[in-house]
Amino acid sequence: MTVQDLKVVGQSVLRRDGLGHVTGKTLFVEDRSFPDMLHLKMVRSPLPHARIRSMDFSAAENVPGFVRALTYKDVPKNIYTILCLIGVGPDEEPVLAEDKVLYVDQPIAAVIAETEAAAMEAVSKVRLDLEELPAVLDVEEALEPGAPILKDWGTNYFIYDYEHGQSNKCRKVRLGDVEKGFAEADLIVEGRYQTSPIEHAPSETTICIAKPEADGRLTVYTNTQALYFSLDNTALILEIPFQKLHFVGGTVGGGFGGKVDVITEPIACLAAMKTGRPVKYKFSREEEMRASSSRGAWRMYYKDGVMRDGRIVARQVTSYADAGAYNRHTPYAVTKHAANVAGPYRIPNVRIDAHCVYTNRQPGSAMRGFGVTPASFALEVQMDKIAEAVGLDPWSIRFINAYRDGDMKPHQKVVEDATLIEVMQAAAEMVGHDLPAEFKKMSSRESEEGSDG
Amino acid sequence: MAKVRGTGIAAVNYPTGMNLGGDPSQALIHATTTGSFVISLSSTDLGQGLKTVIAQIGAETLGVPFDTVWIDTGDTDTGPHCMGTFASRATHRVGNAVVQAAQEARKTLMEVAADELEANPDDLETDGEGNIRVKGSPDRSVAIVNVALAAHFKYGKTISGRGIYSKPKSGVDPDTGKMDPDSTEAHACTVAEVEVDTETGMVTVLSLKSAYEIGRQVNPELVRSQIGGGSFMGMAHALYETTAPYYPAIDHAPTDFSEYLVPGPAEAPETESVVLEYPSSTGPYGVKGLGEMTANSPIPAIVNAINHALGVRITDLPVTPEKVLRALEEKATAH
Amino acid sequence: MASTIVSFTLNGREVEVIAKPLVTLQTVLREQLGYTATKSGCKKGGCGSCTVLLNGDPVMSCLLPVADIAGQEVVTLEGITPVDGLHPIQTTFYEKFAIQCGFCTPGMILVAKALLDRNPHPSAEEIADALSGNYCRCTGYTPIVRAVQHAAQQMATD
Repeated sequence: MTVQDLKVVGQSVLRRDGLGHVTGKTLFVEDRSFPDMLHLKMVRSPLPHARIRSMDFSAAENVPGFVRALTYKDVPKNIYTILCLIGVGPDEEPVLAEDKVLYVDQPIAAVIAETEAAAMEAVSKVRLDLEELPAVLDVEEALEPGAPILKDWGTNYFIYDYEHGQSNKCRKVRLGDVEKGFAEADLIVEGRYQTSPIEHAPSETTICIAKPEADGRLTVYTNTQALYFSLDNTALILEIPFQKLHFVGGTVGGGFGGKVDVITEPIACLAAMKTGRPVKYKFSREEEMRASSSRGAWRMYYKDGVMRDGRIVARQVTSYADAGAYNRHTPYAVTKHAANVAGPYRIPNVRIDAHCVYTNRQPGSAMRGFGVTPASFALEVQMDKIAEAVGLDPWSIRFINAYRDGDMKPHQKVVEDATLIEVMQAAAEMVGHDLPAEFKKMSSRESEEGSDG
Repeated sequence: MAKVRGTGIAAVNYPTGMNLGGDPSQALIHATTTGSFVISLSSTDLGQGLKTVIAQIGAETLGVPFDTVWIDTGDTDTGPHCMGTFASRATHRVGNAVVQAAQEARKTLMEVAADELEANPDDLETDGEGNIRVKGSPDRSVAIVNVALAAHFKYGKTISGRGIYSKPKSGVDPDTGKMDPDSTEAHACTVAEVEVDTETGMVTVLSLKSAYEIGRQVNPELVRSQIGGGSFMGMAHALYETTAPYYPAIDHAPTDFSEYLVPGPAEAPETESVVLEYPSSTGPYGVKGLGEMTANSPIPAIVNAINHALGVRITDLPVTPEKVLRALEEKATAH
Repeated sequence: MASTIVSFTLNGREVEVIAKPLVTLQTVLREQLGYTATKSGCKKGGCGSCTVLLNGDPVMSCLLPVADIAGQEVVTLEGITPVDGLHPIQTTFYEKFAIQCGFCTPGMILVAKALLDRNPHPSAEEIADALSGNYCRCTGYTPIVRAVQHAAQQMATD
């Protein structure tokens, strides 16, 4: 089918929801309200690592408008099942903290009240007796002997490959023999790269309204990015049949990966079930910034064996993903990262060790480019470092090493749909950079053996 | 005080789909007796325009005008399963499911039209304007609304279709990491031009010029929207944003927009982009996912440009004025 | 402290509300009067999604106690949308793809209207300056600035 045959695909038709957006008629979750709606606010940990000795709700209960509080004892299955639902497991994050907290703002107890103001006041009056514990904040320190251990299974890292009967400290990718590559290389170029944790900062914060229906079901209005995923996770936590839940959404005021953690729905539903009334749980901007998941920080060490003509013959990457206090989706991202951190380049010897490490900070989770954004940053800055080391310009180093269809990726998948060469050629043309003829002639469709380049 | 300029490039790939697969999406289509088609989904639009793009794919496959295709999504009682919108998967997975469903619906549509026109279904074509006609004899035609009515009331047939797309889940070899993690790869190359004030450490991004390859543009303006928004977010990521200004310490975590620095409209650089299309074999009409890639090449391009301007090698994000000044200081004392 | 009765003009009509002490115009609009085009993004004046026009000037309704605006004129996005069709600024936002998720859009449109009412031929810098209190995470701002420029041209020729 040629482009000329297409009538609708390829056209810049105006957005379906455009008129709703410009008139303000698009319905976002908070635009709904119900006459007997209650408000849920969360009591959160002030410390990064602590044992919870006791909680006292007596002062909170006296706040006018207070309806009830929920602790871990009220949650039927007090564990997020995010990872087991995508087949990565194990699940280790409580919905509400039981005996300890692992990050500042970790949810401890939910307070439900008639008004938002009453709920906030009641939260401020809940007294927590906490025993502070030493916190670990650096990914490499977390892996050293003697570091405070955050997980019940005894490590500060996600254990990979247990389903294969192994217990690996990291996701491993091995192609060829990097030591041999380093020995053959003309020079070695090393680099350390560090990204910062950042916030999705969508215009609309995370929110849901859980509403009990006359037939015993719950309707959940939510701005999750994944309706069924959220429904399933919620049902497992509440230990109710899946079909009791009806999730309604589909319109999100900015997602960027920050609305796939199913953080508000389970507890809001529990509150609705316990009170028999609709319950709204909305993240304040402060909660969205501090308590909701971030894009975790990554630390990456590159060691490259390079020939004087610019070819990278061996690449070793050791990465540390700072997952924060809990897994969320980070173990999945580390695998995705491992498949991309060597870059779109043809390198015969590759060794990747990608770790998912726990620290006492706000958990990281999915964000636009999950696992690949930090990889692309590190590897592309490293490419410039290599270029300088061998005395080549940044364009040349990339053309010389660019992958093509038929090449072998480090994770042993054959390259298909490669177009790195073509986008570089197009970008060079855009900025008026005159490429040498050999680069202008290159194509992702021809391997070196077949071409005359 | 000096303002120095630098240029930096970065070239990246981005995989389409959830890592390792196992992320199915379903779609259902039915023709109503008003001449329109409803695509039922549980997919979410995050603002990137999924509802529009999916309607375009559905309309194209059915052969009907865009304005007659409605998207009914966001309700688990009425829409079939969808894994969600993330991993740049939605247009690819949901689009493929819609293509399959639309093909099934179209088959029945053409069969009923063939009966109405007393022709062979293979001799018919949709005109893209709401009619079905005999190829070569445009006067022998029937409006789709009438076909829908005939199907329902006369022939007792449903013009509807079902579709599902899933890339099977791949395992990962524990020793070698051998895996099949994606459905296709999109690519991008960005050239960044920056100006650095060596007295204050402030970086101004003057321009971001990028080439993108995304298989097939379903809606070029929506593609441009992703490119613009993503590259701005990349600039923000490279120069401003952090929830831990003194990482790994947790001190000074921002609580609102007065503390969490993001650039505003006055910081928007000049941007220019060109989009290439090399259709993928797995995407609907050759589509590759785009939404996440757009921040990824600007970030290192900007950092490379700063390093080029100053003759340093900053390797930590965000590249704040403090980091610039420290790098310059380090460079000065090293000589 | 007791609630008070506050009267003000909303989108050209007089309204009267019972206001608890310090309740904001944002809360009154959204929760008491049902005008939900005005959004709530941060409740701290940091994002501008709560922007309304007060006597023609853009203000953050989340920072404004409704009791302070008794007798004054408030206009929300609902108020500038004609019964039939669109305001020219709405049209250009729609046609020029200056929207993605739509959450910042009401605030952006009102700020743009206030600007063009005061300065019918703003430069790109003046537009960027006017919009600097309105946060958008999706578009990267440039399409919005361009849409406002285009709206200015359209409105000048009408």
